[in-house]
Amino acid sequence: MRIAKYLSIAYALAAMTAAAQDAAAGKLAALESSVSAAQTSGDNAWMLVCTALVLMMTGPGLALFYGGLVRKKNILATMMQSFIMMALASILWAVAGYSLAFGEGSAFIGDLRYLMLKGVGGDPNGDYAGTIPQQTFMMFQMMFAIITPALITGAFAERMKFSAMLLFMTLWSLLVYYPMAHMVWGKGGLLNAFLGGSIPSFDFAGGTVVHITSGVSALICALYMGKRLGYPSEPIKPHSLVLSTIGACLLWVGWFGFNAGSALGAGSLASSAFVATHLGASAAVIGWLVMEWIQMGKPSVLGGISGAVAGLVVITPAAGFVTPGSALIMGFLGGAVCYFMVVKVKHKFGYDDSLDAFGVHGAGGTLGAILTGVFATNSVNSALKDASGNPAALGLIDGNGGQILNQLIGAAIAWGLAIVGTLIILKVCDMALGLRVSADEETDGLDLSQHGEEGYNLEA
Amino acid sequence: MKKIEAIIQPFKLEEVKEALKAIGIDGMTITEVRGHGRQKGHKEVYRGQEYQVDLLPKVKVEMVVGDGRLEEVASALAAAARTGKIGDGKIFVYDVAEAIRIRNDERGDAAL
Repeated sequence: MRIAKYLSIAYALAAMTAAAQDAAAGKLAALESSVSAAQTSGDNAWMLVCTALVLMMTGPGLALFYGGLVRKKNILATMMQSFIMMALASILWAVAGYSLAFGEGSAFIGDLRYLMLKGVGGDPNGDYAGTIPQQTFMMFQMMFAIITPALITGAFAERMKFSAMLLFMTLWSLLVYYPMAHMVWGKGGLLNAFLGGSIPSFDFAGGTVVHITSGVSALICALYMGKRLGYPSEPIKPHSLVLSTIGACLLWVGWFGFNAGSALGAGSLASSAFVATHLGASAAVIGWLVMEWIQMGKPSVLGGISGAVAGLVVITPAAGFVTPGSALIMGFLGGAVCYFMVVKVKHKFGYDDSLDAFGVHGAGGTLGAILTGVFATNSVNSALKDASGNPAALGLIDGNGGQILNQLIGAAIAWGLAIVGTLIILKVCDMALGLRVSADEETDGLDLSQHGEEGYNLEA
Repeated sequence: MKKIEAIIQPFKLEEVKEALKAIGIDGMTITEVRGHGRQKGHKEVYRGQEYQVDLLPKVKVEMVVGDGRLEEVASALAAAARTGKIGDGKIFVYDVAEAIRIRNDERGDAAL
């Protein structure tokens, strides 16, 4: 009897312990899920803000920056060329762009799995950003697909037909941007360093994808379309550097979304990219102004704001890979090199890259891609592991000099795609619609001839 | 009647208006104009591209006064507009054949 009593007590105790264990396990699971929900909320909050910041770079940032640089008869048309991309590129992205860039297809282009955003919802896509809804990731990337073609408009400012520009931008998104974005950032893309690319190339926030493609395409546009009437014999001055300065400052602020947001979360990598971005821009302002002050005798406001943009371009591919000190060096070099491209090289060769889309974005993007191979270090970004599971050596300063070659290949592919793609597209648009407005329309200004409006009706 | 036409530095306009008001000149017309005399222009540089700007912003002040007031008005205007530096501008004086007040057809000095 006594034994039976003891046994029953033992059973009861065992049952209670098991129940306690179950309860503890349940609590742990609940805790884990609330921690991951908190991280998702935190990351998602940051990424939604970044997404809005990147849109702000196009409108009003780029629209004002470019709008101030043209003559006043072209301000509305120039702002419209940026603004319309906020509508056109968004629609293209939703219909097919996101899928072609981020669907897992071949090494060169994505597949059609996300056509019309099918299956892109609240669940994360673990390949790209495991803690935020895929919808957020898709929107963040959409903003890049808007600003990249908008950057090109600086090269053909003040002379392109609006209709031809719409066709050009549609085809350019399909033939140049989506493939390049897929190759560098898409799963299985040829150059993707983190998701199985055969030529691992580092591009944190779009040095090759955004700036080389847009900048080099800009050069091709300027060469193909020819100079503005009167360039360079007649004075063609910026009509309002006030607007341009406001625009450049908005670009600088928006760029935190662009670069720090490319960490795709609100962790320490975002902070590190934020620091590099800001210091890159700051050093480039000084780099440009020092060159200008020495060579031209005066440090100009236009020089200062151009330097800021140049520095932001150069630091873009490197933002999540480099130390603050490296960012300062990269920025300073970026300011000085882009100054040289815009002030010396352009005039020597005589092409009319009207608002210096190539001199700043093409040249700065290429310099940034190469310097990323020099300064990238696993002390900043340890996401890439070697065979034994330790953080892999990234750039030259980590002892991986071969990375510079990978960066050069990545840049060369972007150059090649931009040159060939843009030439074909220009030819098609030229045959279908004609690229340039008539000489009369150009003299009257695009505001009147393309849109039937004037930017400044001061007597109204 | 004489018409006084003065081309002055834009930043001197307020002083000139005050000086004329002080001696009882009620009417004038001003226009924003561009031009240069011996002052010539200046150089502007945008991204390495140099532009020579010859025509500088000026303000043209016009008024018509009775013959007897010409010296007084011209001296007051010149004194108020003067900085002593090149670029201060010029005053031209013309004969005026007639003045008509549109509101009530008054003629001559009475219309001024």
